Amino acid sequence: MKKKLSLMFVAFSALAILAGCEPLTVFDPKGPNAKTLSDTIILSIITMAFILLVVYVLLAFMLTKYRASKASADYEPPHEEGSHLLEIIWTVIPIIIVAFLAVVTVRTTSTVETTPEGYDNKEPLVIYASSSNWKWHFSYPEQGVETVNYVNIPTDRPIEFKLYSFGPITSFWIPQLAGQKYAMSDMLTTIHLAADEVGSFMGRNSNFNGRGFAEMEFEAQSMTQADFDDWVSKVKANEKPLTEEKFDELLKAEHVGRSSYSSTHLEFRPAPMEHSEHMKMGGMDHSDMDMSEKEMDHSKMDHGNHSDSEKNSEETHSH
Amino acid sequence: MSMEEVFHPMQEPMILAAAISIVVGAVVIVAGLTYFKKWGYFYKNWLSTVDHKKIGIMYIATALLMLMRGGIDALLMRAQTAVPDNGLLDAQHYNEIFTTHGLLMILFMAMPFVIGLMNIVIPLQIGARDVAFPRLNAVSFWLFAAGCGLLNLSFIIGGSPDAGWTAYFPLAGTEFSPTVGNNYYSLALQLSGIGTLMTGVNFIATIIKMRAPGMTLMKMPMFTWSILITNIIIVFAFPVLTVALALMMLDRQFGTQFFAMQNGGMDMLWANLFWVWGHPEVYIVILPAFGIFSEIIATFARKNLYGYKSMVMSMVVISLLSFLVWAHHFYTMGHGVMVNSVFSITTMAIAVPTGVKIFNWLLTMRHGKIQFTTPMLYALGFIPIFTIGGVTGVMLAMASADYQYHNTMFLVAHFHYVLIPGTVFGVLAGYHYWWPKMFGFRLNEKLGKAAFWFIAVCFNVTFFPLFILGLDGYARRMYTYSESTGYGPLNMLSFIGGIGLAVGFALIVYNIYYSWKHMPRNEKADVWDGRTLEWATHSPVPEYNFAVVPTVTRLDEYWFAKKEGRDITAGKIEKIHMPNNTGTPFWMSGFFFLAAFFAVFNLWVPAIISMIGVFGFMIHRSFEKDHGRYISVEEVMATEKSLRGDK
Repeated sequence: MKKKLSLMFVAFSALAILAGCEPLTVFDPKGPNAKTLSDTIILSIITMAFILLVVYVLLAFMLTKYRASKASADYEPPHEEGSHLLEIIWTVIPIIIVAFLAVVTVRTTSTVETTPEGYDNKEPLVIYASSSNWKWHFSYPEQGVETVNYVNIPTDRPIEFKLYSFGPITSFWIPQLAGQKYAMSDMLTTIHLAADEVGSFMGRNSNFNGRGFAEMEFEAQSMTQADFDDWVSKVKANEKPLTEEKFDELLKAEHVGRSSYSSTHLEFRPAPMEHSEHMKMGGMDHSDMDMSEKEMDHSKMDHGNHSDSEKNSEETHSH
Repeated sequence: MSMEEVFHPMQEPMILAAAISIVVGAVVIVAGLTYFKKWGYFYKNWLSTVDHKKIGIMYIATALLMLMRGGIDALLMRAQTAVPDNGLLDAQHYNEIFTTHGLLMILFMAMPFVIGLMNIVIPLQIGARDVAFPRLNAVSFWLFAAGCGLLNLSFIIGGSPDAGWTAYFPLAGTEFSPTVGNNYYSLALQLSGIGTLMTGVNFIATIIKMRAPGMTLMKMPMFTWSILITNIIIVFAFPVLTVALALMMLDRQFGTQFFAMQNGGMDMLWANLFWVWGHPEVYIVILPAFGIFSEIIATFARKNLYGYKSMVMSMVVISLLSFLVWAHHFYTMGHGVMVNSVFSITTMAIAVPTGVKIFNWLLTMRHGKIQFTTPMLYALGFIPIFTIGGVTGVMLAMASADYQYHNTMFLVAHFHYVLIPGTVFGVLAGYHYWWPKMFGFRLNEKLGKAAFWFIAVCFNVTFFPLFILGLDGYARRMYTYSESTGYGPLNMLSFIGGIGLAVGFALIVYNIYYSWKHMPRNEKADVWDGRTLEWATHSPVPEYNFAVVPTVTRLDEYWFAKKEGRDITAGKIEKIHMPNNTGTPFWMSGFFFLAAFFAVFNLWVPAIISMIGVFGFMIHRSFEKDHGRYISVEEVMATEKSLRGDK
C-alpha cells in the first residue's frame, strides 16, 4: 500500500509541475505583501513535508517489519504500556514546530496588515472597493473618480483598499498582489498592498454570494504614476459625474460591463464605519459615543475631507 | 406561494427524475410490505423499537442512503466543473447541490453513521443492557429521521437551500434568498439537532452510570472514551446551533433583524454562532473515528493500545481546544492582528495532541502481528492520508497564509482530506468491523478490500488536484470557469477520480447484498479475536446483550480472560429487566415533521395543530405508567442455549 501511495505522490508532483509550466498564481507574487505570503506558504510546505516524511517512514517501517505474514505462527506480541520518553519527545518536538510557525504567523500577519515595507515613506492611495450583486465599484476620493469592474493603481505607491458591500458578504482578492479580505455591509475593512511592476492581474470575489458569483471578476491594472495620472485626467475630462440615480441603477443591475465616472458615490452614499470605530461604540462610555457620532456626521457632510477623518480615526486607534 | 412556485423544482428534468424515483421507491416499499404482510413485523420490530442495536442499524441504513444522495450531488458537481464553461447545471442548480451536499454529508451521513455505531457498540462495550434512556433514544432517532426527511423533501417541493451549508447572512436572509429553501434549512436542522442533543445527554448518562462492575473510567475501551468526549462536546455545542437556527427562523419568517444589514443587525453574528457550533462539530465526527481506529489497530496488531493514558489525555485536550478556534473560519473578516494571532495559535496547538495520537497508533503496531483485514486497511489508509489533511490544516491555521487559501479549492481539498480518511474511513472501518456483531455473518473480505482500494486511490485522484487548483486561485463554489483560466485539465482529473470513488462506494453497497446471499452464517461471537466486551456476547446479540453482566478488573479484560482461559460471561442467570417497545417516539416525530413542514411554508394554523399533537404525546407520556418488563430466567436460558447450540 505504501508503494502505491508514494507512486501516486510522484505522479501528482509530476502533474503539478506539468500544470505549472507557469507558476501557480499564489506563487507568482507581484507585490511585497503577496510575496510575504508566498514565502510563508513555501516555508510551511517545507516544514510540513518534513513531518509527512517522518510519519511515512515510520508507517512504512511498521507495516513491512511487523506484518503477520512475516512473523512465526506462534509469535505472540508483547504487552506494552507506552513510553514516557517517547511520548515526551513526540509532544515536545511538535510544540517546538508549532511555536516556530506561530512566530512566523504573528510576524507575517502584522506585516501584511500594514503599509508594505519599502513603501512606508509614501502617502498611501486610498481606494474604496464596494460590491453590489455581482460587480465591484471602485471609488477614488483623492482623484474624485469612480470605476466599475476594473481598478487602476499606480506602482511605487502603497495602496489602501477600503472594502464594504451593498449586500451579502463578499471577499476582495487580487492573489498576485495581496491576500483576500471580506467586504461587509456594516463595517469597513482594509487591505494594504503595493504593486512592484506594471501589469494586469486577476481580481475576484472569492466568497460565495449567490447566482452570479462565478462571473464576479475584475481586472486590476498597475501602471506608472505618469500613466495613472494620465488615465485620471482622461476620466475626469471625458466621463460624466456619477449621479445618485445612476448609482441606484448600477446597484440594482446584476452584471454590468466596465464603466468610469468623474465623481464618486461616497459623496451621497458614505461608506460604513471602520472596525475600530465599532469597537469604540461597543465599549463606550457616553461621551465617547457622542464623539464618534459627531465624527460620522462630519464625514457624511464633508466628503472632501474624507481621507482626513480616516487618518484621524487611525490615529485614535493607534494609541 | 402558488402551487406553481411550490413545484417549480420539478421543471428541471433531473429533479423530476429524482422525484419520480423517490415516489416509485416509496410505492415499491409500501406495496412490498403490504404484499408480504410485513406491516406488523415492520412496526413491531423497527418503528416502535427502543432496542439500541436496532436503532443503531436504522441510523446506519439512513446514513448509507444519504451517502448515496450526497455522493450523487458530489458527482454532479465534479461533472459540471470537469470542463470549462460546462452547461450541465445552471448556477442555481449547482448552488443548491453544493449546499445540500455539505448538509447531507455532515449532518445526515457522518453524524448518523457515528451515532449509529455508538448506539450499537457502546452498551456492549461497557457491559450494559441498553442505553440509560431507551425511549429517549428512539425519540432522538425519529427526530433525526424527521429532519432528514424534511431536508430531502426540499429537493422536490419548494426548492433546496442554496446559500451554502454555512448559510451566511445576509445571503441566507429573505432579501437575497426569497425561496423557502433556507426555511427548510433552519427547520430541518433544528429537528435533527434536537435529536442529536438528546443523544448527547443519553450517552453521557449511559457511559457515566451504566458501566459493568469494576470498569473504572481508565479501564474503558478507547472507543467508549471517544464517545464520552464526543457527547460532552455535543451537549456544549448543539445548544448554540439550536439558538442560531431559532434566530435564523425568526429573521426569515417573523421579520426580526438579528442578522440583518440594518437596524443594529449583525451579519457576522451568524458566522460566529455557526462556527462556535460548527468547529466542535468537526470534532464530533472525527473523535469517534479516532476511537474506532484505536480499537481496530489494537485488535489487528494483536497488541494493547500504546500510550492509553496519553490517548485519553489528547482527546480531552482536543475537545477543549475545539471550542477555542472558531474564528479561524473567518480570519479574513478583518479582526486585528491580535485576534487572528490568538486563533492561529490555538488552532495550531490542536496539531500537538493529534500528532500524539498518530505516533501512538504507529507504536501500537511495533512488535505487533499485523493482519490486513478490511477494517484494518481503512485504519492503515487513514494514517498517511489524514496526515496530509492534518498538515494542510496547520498551513491553513496560519492567519497570514490563510488570506491566500480562504474560500479556495485548497480549503476544500483540506477538509476532504480530513473528513474522508478521518470520518468516512473511520465509520467504514467500524461498519466492517462490527457488522458480524450486528448480523452474525461477515461482509465479504475480497469485495471489502477491492472497495477500499478503489476509495483510497481514487480519493487522492479526486482531491489532490484541488490543492493545486486552490493555489492557482480557483475559488470554491463557482459553478463554472472560463477556459483561459487553465483549470480544465486538473478538474477533469478530479472528475475521473470522483467516478472511481463512486465505484468504490457502489462496491460497498453491493457487498451487503453479496454477503447476505453468500457468506456463511453462525460466525462465532468473537470473529476477529477482539479485546473488548462486545466480543464476549453472542452474534447477533440477544435483546438483553449479556445474560450475565461481566465483571471487569483491568483494561482489555476480555482479552486477558481469553488468554487465561476464564469465561467472563459465566455466572448465575437472573431475570432481566428490559424496557417496553413504544410507538410514541415515531408518531410524535411524525407530528413534529408535519409542524416543521407547514412552518416552512408559513402555514401557521396546520403547524400549530401539529404541534398540539406533539404536546399531546408528551402529556400522554407524563401520565403513562410503564415500568418495563422482565425476561424470565427460563426464557434467557432458552435463548442462550439456542445461541450457543448454533456454534
